[in-house]
Amino acid sequence: MKFDILTICYIVAAVTFIIGLKMLSSPATARRGNLVAAAGMFVAIIGTIFLYKDEEGLPLHNYPWIFAALIIGAIIGVVAAKKVKMTAMPEMVSFFNGMGGACAALISVIEFDYVFRAAEKMNFAHFSEGVAPGHYLAIVAGSIIGSVSFAGSMIAWGKLNGSFKDVIFKAQHTINLLIFAGVIILAIITFFAVNTYADYFFIATVVLALIYGVLFVLPIGGADMPVVISLLNSFTGVAAACGGFLYNNKAMLTGGILVGAAGTLLTILMCKAMNRSLTNVLIGSFGAKETTGGGNTGTTGGSYKEISISDAAMVMRYASKVMIVPGYGLAVAQAQHTCHELEKLLEEKGVEVGYAIHPVAGRMPGHMNVLLAEADVSYDKLLELEQANDALKSTDVVLVLGANDVVNPAAKNNPSSPIYGMPILDVEQAKTVIVNKRSMKPGYAGIENDLFYQPKTSMLFGDGKKVLQDLINEIKSL
Amino acid sequence: MEATLQWISANQQMIYIVILMIFLGIEIIGRVPSVLHTPLMSGANAIHGVVIIGAIIVMGRASEHNYLALVLGFLAVILGTLNVVGGFVVTDRMLEMFKKKK
Repeated sequence: MKFDILTICYIVAAVTFIIGLKMLSSPATARRGNLVAAAGMFVAIIGTIFLYKDEEGLPLHNYPWIFAALIIGAIIGVVAAKKVKMTAMPEMVSFFNGMGGACAALISVIEFDYVFRAAEKMNFAHFSEGVAPGHYLAIVAGSIIGSVSFAGSMIAWGKLNGSFKDVIFKAQHTINLLIFAGVIILAIITFFAVNTYADYFFIATVVLALIYGVLFVLPIGGADMPVVISLLNSFTGVAAACGGFLYNNKAMLTGGILVGAAGTLLTILMCKAMNRSLTNVLIGSFGAKETTGGGNTGTTGGSYKEISISDAAMVMRYASKVMIVPGYGLAVAQAQHTCHELEKLLEEKGVEVGYAIHPVAGRMPGHMNVLLAEADVSYDKLLELEQANDALKSTDVVLVLGANDVVNPAAKNNPSSPIYGMPILDVEQAKTVIVNKRSMKPGYAGIENDLFYQPKTSMLFGDGKKVLQDLINEIKSL
Repeated sequence: MEATLQWISANQQMIYIVILMIFLGIEIIGRVPSVLHTPLMSGANAIHGVVIIGAIIVMGRASEHNYLALVLGFLAVILGTLNVVGGFVVTDRMLEMFKKKK
């Protein structure tokens, strides 16, 4: 009878995951959706702890260990999640994702150990005699995918918080492909190996998968990091689903595959926003392309003009419509609050202010919205790409804050540019463009931006936060 | 070959779930506005933390003398909890900010 209650717990959990994810995709219900899924997860975890019976009908034991681990994990999780700055969101998501991947990998490793010992006891000559191919597939897929996801997420995490730089060396992709092939071959050898050696081959498989995870993410440039995190997120989902196969657990399977499918689609949507294919992101890194194809932009290296703070303040104060284009530079400078102050000040003076948000502005789609929401910027001031491009036609002043590639006209008119075809914000349609940057250095993607050399454009150099603060003071004194 | 077929028929329910969930996952995400992409990714990240169930089962079944399973299982439960709890809390924090607009 108890087992039936657990089944109901799992059904409830599976349904809440689906409904939760559905609610998460609409602004009005998103927060409740998250809580619904969390509640379902709680039911599933509590149900598993107290009601689970194995094949022989024995309940779980080792309760002190389980609870100790749950408490340790919960405390670290809550503290980390509460303390993280909003600008550091992407690396936090990447970190938690890595933890999930590691968890899935560990489960598979332990499960392999059980199967291996059982086969040893039975004195099978070959490992394959003791295990069904499907079961082995679930074990080995779970451990490989989990390991890749863990190692990759950790590298992505380290890269985003600045501990690692991009590492690109010759024939990197060939080496990566060879390693990946090696992982698969080792996994197959393990299955057919003489039983006494199967465990060594399995360990080698996992170690090589970890190495692959590291090498797979190392060359990928910062601009593509969101795509990679999203992809690794869906990997972890699939790894969790493998665990569902191992324990014939439908809640794990539902949650895992749901995230695997949704994450894959999200990854593709992000690639589409940048007009790049997934293979392009994974195999052709931006940096490598730039050296071969980036040099032939016509006006690159021409002259640009600078604008002083007081002139910029004047122009904005007497404009009737100002559009702010925030980019990652704004996030780095932690300037979202100052930016909101400037917006309020201008509105008080009768200037209409909007924010033009490119889908891939920041380091993750929607990242800018989260940042601006943190600074209390009103929701209806945030314009999405198409709305923004319409509004830009009637805009007097565009203030580009630490954005670069998303306003690069090369995406429209230079077929040899790596970002050619990516939809951009047409800031040129506005009467004046003011660009705040720290220096003339190219942006994230390492591509020169013609926009800066156009007669309409003036450059306002300096740290985003300081420049905004100076603008506010200047406008106040006008 | 026979073993594979046997495994498929033994797990047919699971295979149905996989197929249906792939389509469902794609359907659900298809209409999400880009403003919600980050919270959605974070929420999905928390949901795959369901892998913790597997970790709990492994831990709870490990015999007292199987130190490998005990130690790795213990670690797995900690990491899984981190994924679940951290994931949901961070998502909630993000969405809390969206709410303030009213």
